Amino acid sequence: MKLDARVPAGPLADKWMSLRDHLKLVSPANKRKRSIIVVGTGLAGGAAAASLGEMGYRVKAFCYQDSARRAHSIAAQGGINAAKNYQNDGDSVFRLFYDTIKGGDFRAREANVYRLAEVSNAIIDQCVAQGIPFAREYGGTLANRSFGGAQVSRTFYARGQTGQQLLLGAYSALNAQVAAGTVVVHPRTEMLDLVVVDGRARGIITRDMVSGAVECHVGDAVLLATGGYSNVYFLSTNAKGCNVTAVWRAHRRGAGFANPCFTQIHPTCIPQAGDYQSKLTLMSESLRNDGRVWVPIAEGDDRAPGDIPEAERDYYLERIYPAFGNLAPRDISSRAAKRMCDEGRGVGPGKRGVYLDFAEAIGRLGENVIRARYGNLFDMYERITGENPYRAPMRIYPAPHYTMGGLWVDYYLMSTIPGLFVLGEANFSDHGANRLGASALMQGLADGYFVAPYTLGEYLAGAKLEEVSPAHEACRATLHEVDQRTARLLGVRGSRTVDSFHRELGMLMLDRCGMSRTAEGLTEAIAAIGRLREAFWHEVKVPGAGAELNQELEKAGRVADHFELAELMCRDALARDESCGGHFREEHQTPDGEALRDDESFCNVTVWEHRGEGAEPAAHVESLEFETVQLAQRSYK
Amino acid sequence: MKLTLHVWRQKDARDPGGFKTYQLEDVTTHMSFLEMLDVLNQDLITAGEDPVAFDHDCREGVCGACGFVINGVAHGDQKGSTVCQLHMRHFADGDEVTIEPWRAKAFPVLRDLVVDRSAFDRILTAGGFISVRTGSAPEANSIPIPSEAAEHAMDFAECIGCGACVASCPNSAAMLFVGAKIAHLGLLPQGQPERERRALAMVEAMEREAFGSCTNYRACEAVCPKEISISGIARMNKDFRRALLSGSNRASGKRR
Ligand SMILES: Cc1cc2nc3c(=O)[nH]c(=O)nc-3n(C[C@H](O)[C@H](O)[C@H](O)COP(=O)(O)OP(=O)(O)OC[C@H]3O[C@@H](n4cnc5c(N)ncnc54)[C@H](O)[C@@H]3O)c2cc1C
Ligand code: SF4
Ligand code: FES
Repeated sequence: MKLDARVPAGPLADKWMSLRDHLKLVSPANKRKRSIIVVGTGLAGGAAAASLGEMGYRVKAFCYQDSARRAHSIAAQGGINAAKNYQNDGDSVFRLFYDTIKGGDFRAREANVYRLAEVSNAIIDQCVAQGIPFAREYGGTLANRSFGGAQVSRTFYARGQTGQQLLLGAYSALNAQVAAGTVVVHPRTEMLDLVVVDGRARGIITRDMVSGAVECHVGDAVLLATGGYSNVYFLSTNAKGCNVTAVWRAHRRGAGFANPCFTQIHPTCIPQAGDYQSKLTLMSESLRNDGRVWVPIAEGDDRAPGDIPEAERDYYLERIYPAFGNLAPRDISSRAAKRMCDEGRGVGPGKRGVYLDFAEAIGRLGENVIRARYGNLFDMYERITGENPYRAPMRIYPAPHYTMGGLWVDYYLMSTIPGLFVLGEANFSDHGANRLGASALMQGLADGYFVAPYTLGEYLAGAKLEEVSPAHEACRATLHEVDQRTARLLGVRGSRTVDSFHRELGMLMLDRCGMSRTAEGLTEAIAAIGRLREAFWHEVKVPGAGAELNQELEKAGRVADHFELAELMCRDALARDESCGGHFREEHQTPDGEALRDDESFCNVTVWEHRGEGAEPAAHVESLEFETVQLAQRSYK
Repeated sequence: MKLTLHVWRQKDARDPGGFKTYQLEDVTTHMSFLEMLDVLNQDLITAGEDPVAFDHDCREGVCGACGFVINGVAHGDQKGSTVCQLHMRHFADGDEVTIEPWRAKAFPVLRDLVVDRSAFDRILTAGGFISVRTGSAPEANSIPIPSEAAEHAMDFAECIGCGACVASCPNSAAMLFVGAKIAHLGLLPQGQPERERRALAMVEAMEREAFGSCTNYRACEAVCPKEISISGIARMNKDFRRALLSGSNRASGKRR
């Protein structure tokens, strides 16, 4: 597997614009002849499909929901970063770049992250022009809030529904192109495999989720923007349908998978309430602007929070990280919460929780100000827990939330399969070992609006692409494999439900490949996953048939892929014998319990190559060169 | 607690469908309504029956995927909430709960509680956007917008496209949904250039679908999980009338 990141030469700040000046162009007449497949209609896919349609390409867009508007991006609450420096607090493109690369614990590619910061401002312009009702100051200019891991205020937001508004903006741009006839959207259509012809990505196999019909769609390039894989943990903040299938199937067809073990466990989520729990709900990190995190000083203190006097509380983030306090980055905050609970100082049922307390802020600012800032989040909390957070502190606990790992892409966002581009959370590119808040929305829209539409042109202009039809041998063979797989899932006719397997896998992963990891635990996990996967293929019960709306069948296919991914995650976590960002190997920590990187051996990206059923995957390495930033121990103290 | 569920079962669009009754024994108050259905489905699968199909995704009240009628009320009777945000603490031991899909000609049932809401997408495709090519936008702060105007637009922009408004309307009208988009964009300076053309195109598209007309029942507003105000409908009617009068009577933009 050849890993050439194709980073343009020249000073960091000039790379992107000078590349753009020299990218090959596709003539308008040729654009009309090119057909592009975009899988995913979230921020990344929706923005890309709309922009490519505007440029004149013929685009087919796919999503598994009943409408493109419902992609998981819709659930993002807190906001989106940009380097506008509207607050005049010293922000700049360089500073956003630096914070993001430091936040990722120096495990991301400099040039990609710089480009992300560079295009961030154009994203805000674009979104405002689309009619996104961002929050404003009384003077009519745009408002900002602060987010974890930054000392400037650069996050743009629309109440607690920033992702919703950004996605509806991208969806409206997509609709304009549907009206113009350049884009056709296929909702309720799931990609189940990738078609590779002569070493290039040329199509996908899909299943119509209403009729069950399996089909092949061909194109000149395929863009995957299918989101992250946090649902490998079963309980996560992701939407129930989020899955790894599209990415995993592409991996099995030759796309390298980078840093699968880099996952983010978000510190502020509502703790699990029972065994029937189906997902975990995020409480936006923006709450940490005004909420103070604490646990009782004494172990096993069962008093109600209001009965615990100030002197007997431990505001541990403020104590350990005085410079950032409650706004310490996510990986650090999550681990600290876990440590408090491991010490027996957790609160609430099951003692897996810490307090997020607004009493001080309500006293200082008044309940109305807090209601205006976070009203919908407080309502959501109350709806779910039945407790009123204006009266008593919220209880929170970390939950799987985001996956930094994903398919490896070069500077052009192309994977190791020519013609297969990967955008948004599905790729690995910009967040290293930990993502800072409000940067995923930025990345999705950067990739979709401002990067892939340009770099794709370079590929198309330079590639000689033969005509391919769905009758092509490669299409027929791949389709046949998909049919066989479906038949196999339906044919097991065992006695255990898909969910019961998924839950068991999730618990295992959270325990062994979650907030902290050890060589021993990971080795055991790899064996246990193998056993569970074996059991799955012998005991799973998938009711119904293939040629109908069958939600259990959909889930079964996804869980089968999650098993394979889970194993690779553990292998990757085992191979990365250091701690960095969200990847915390207990063997490697500083005396005060922080992640201890090993830059000598691991200043790199691990890229896994699939080598066939039953064969061990091969690890390749892209080493990361830091020309501009100095590698330092990340300190938020 | 124990519950008796009467659930609408329908194999596909052609099947006439009907209610089936199920007993659930161990429902806890912390469960969400959808988690209660998950538990039912696990039981059904284990017993060799087909699970109840229902749309859902975010389970946080924002994607708009979920939605069905509970005891006659769209999304159940917790105000300002989707079914995924409804918790079982609002029910009591021994309750009988009737669950059925949205009923509207424009939303045909696909299976059990799953309906086809693509008519909504078609209406928005007709004009629910501001035309601005990627990369052609002016500097964001060059258009100051009073905070109140942005907030007012946001009140309408919050619509999640769930379809409860249509399902609860005796006429199956889609006015609240369409009005919400027209109001959102019409309240902002960026939305002005296409304002009339948008109203015309969207109303025409709405009339092409099998939705009924609004006769001011206000049932939509009462069930809307995002509490969208019917003042959006007035804005839609105003923009539509203005468009007719000013003669921008073609969605194609040709003025006479
Ligand atoms: C609760 C929550 C809050 C968040 N808040 C923030 C925030 O405040 N700020 C921030 O920056 N980030 C936030 N994030 C992260 C951010 O929302 C996501 O990382 C981002 O939206 C991902 O966008 P995407 O376009 O890559 O993928 P998604 O939005 O996940 O879209 C994936 C698309 O792919 C489609 N798809 C997937 N698989 C298939 C398949 N096999 N076949 C066909 N289609 C498929 C789906 O239908 C969907 O259209 C949050 C995440 C969560 C879970
Ligand atoms: S107006 Fe309200 S009820 Fe109607 S689709 Fe929008 S959110 Fe749902
Ligand atoms: S599942 Fe998303 S709104 Fe209910």
